[in-house]
Amino acid sequence: MYAFDLERPTTLDAAVKAMAAGGQPLSGGQTLIPTLKARLADPGKLISLHSIPELKGVSTDAEGRICIKGATTHGTVAAEAVAYPALAHLAARIGDPAVRTRGTIGGSLANNDPSACYPAAALGSGATICTDRREIAADDYFQGMFATALEDGEIVTEVKFPVPQVAAYEKFIQPASRFPLVAVFVAKFADGVRVAITGASETGVFRWAEAEAALSARFEASALDGLAMDPDHMIADLHGDKAYRAHLCGVMAKRAVMHAA
Amino acid sequence: MLRLMASMRFREDFHVRVSMTVNGRNVSGEVEGRTLLVEFLREGLHLTGTHVGCDTSQCGACTVHVDGMQVKACSMFAAEADGAQVATIEGVAANDGTLSAIQQAFQDHHGLQCGFCTPGMVMAAASLLKANPKPTEHEVREHLEGNICRCTGYHNIVKAIMAASGQEMPALAAE
Repeated sequence: MYAFDLERPTTLDAAVKAMAAGGQPLSGGQTLIPTLKARLADPGKLISLHSIPELKGVSTDAEGRICIKGATTHGTVAAEAVAYPALAHLAARIGDPAVRTRGTIGGSLANNDPSACYPAAALGSGATICTDRREIAADDYFQGMFATALEDGEIVTEVKFPVPQVAAYEKFIQPASRFPLVAVFVAKFADGVRVAITGASETGVFRWAEAEAALSARFEASALDGLAMDPDHMIADLHGDKAYRAHLCGVMAKRAVMHAA
Repeated sequence: MLRLMASMRFREDFHVRVSMTVNGRNVSGEVEGRTLLVEFLREGLHLTGTHVGCDTSQCGACTVHVDGMQVKACSMFAAEADGAQVATIEGVAANDGTLSAIQQAFQDHHGLQCGFCTPGMVMAAASLLKANPKPTEHEVREHLEGNICRCTGYHNIVKAIMAASGQEMPALAAE
């Protein structure tokens, strides 16, 4: 690792000031620390968000949304987001137990790895991503592989999830990395179904409009019969080519519908 | 209580002072921002029971407990453990050397071959059994997802953890 300063503010206000002075945020570090070890990043100064109590916790707001503070760990979400079972179940299967002790929802969404789990939940639920300066709809937040609407120094403070009638997240794991090769989040709301896919696309997490239309008309796995994902924008690597990933999108979407609860 | 001062090389211009409790002892020392918790434990405190297997956050040999929760000590900065309660493999056995139930089960069921992954396996098992005293075999295997044994001795590791939980181990497919 290149040398850097590490600051540990204990309030959001202090963290925002430290960021303005030229720091970069460190949340759980489960992606950033391996990146630093590989000397793929040279931040100069890291601002740890780990010691800020106001950035932690799971609650329900007046609209019934599950609100998760930015530095809440996957393990805490798994244990406490019980009012949104599909979300808690997703959190319980990220990485491994040690990763879930440290890794955070805000870190995952800020990084927007094209194979990460939380982006699928946020986009599939139509969540709102709150930062130290504004609120961003999930549909506007995700802007491609590792790209988000966040500006330099902007901190994800909270994520608000509307709770669907039923939902499920089904992932097909790439056996070496344990990240999703393709994973699908399906959420059925009173006014329609949302389908978000991670791991598959060169443009990061995305919604599958045709599947949403079919499932909004009839919420059964068979409603997806005959729907083909366009393989053009799929990722191709040694773990799977474009056609394979495109096929998996349909398979995992059907499994999610079957397991939606 | 004995207060240990960790001594390790660090760059003056990036140093941070840290204090924490490791296996019940108060320790403190100077580290850099980039100093990993596992480096502080091994090089600063000479607690070399916590192993570095991969250094890429994948193998789990460096698993320790921070404030009661299992973490990979290679994937957390020492400065972030400031003020924390840290437990390592050195603190698992009793002071007179009597092995813990988990350690004894690893010995009884030959839950190790080369032994390199064992400290992490024992710490992961302790974390599991604290939260879930009677796990199923499936739950044990799921919990060990982040702990890699390159001797591939998983069957006996799982058997040892089941035994440590006081449960009979059903016959395994590979036997």
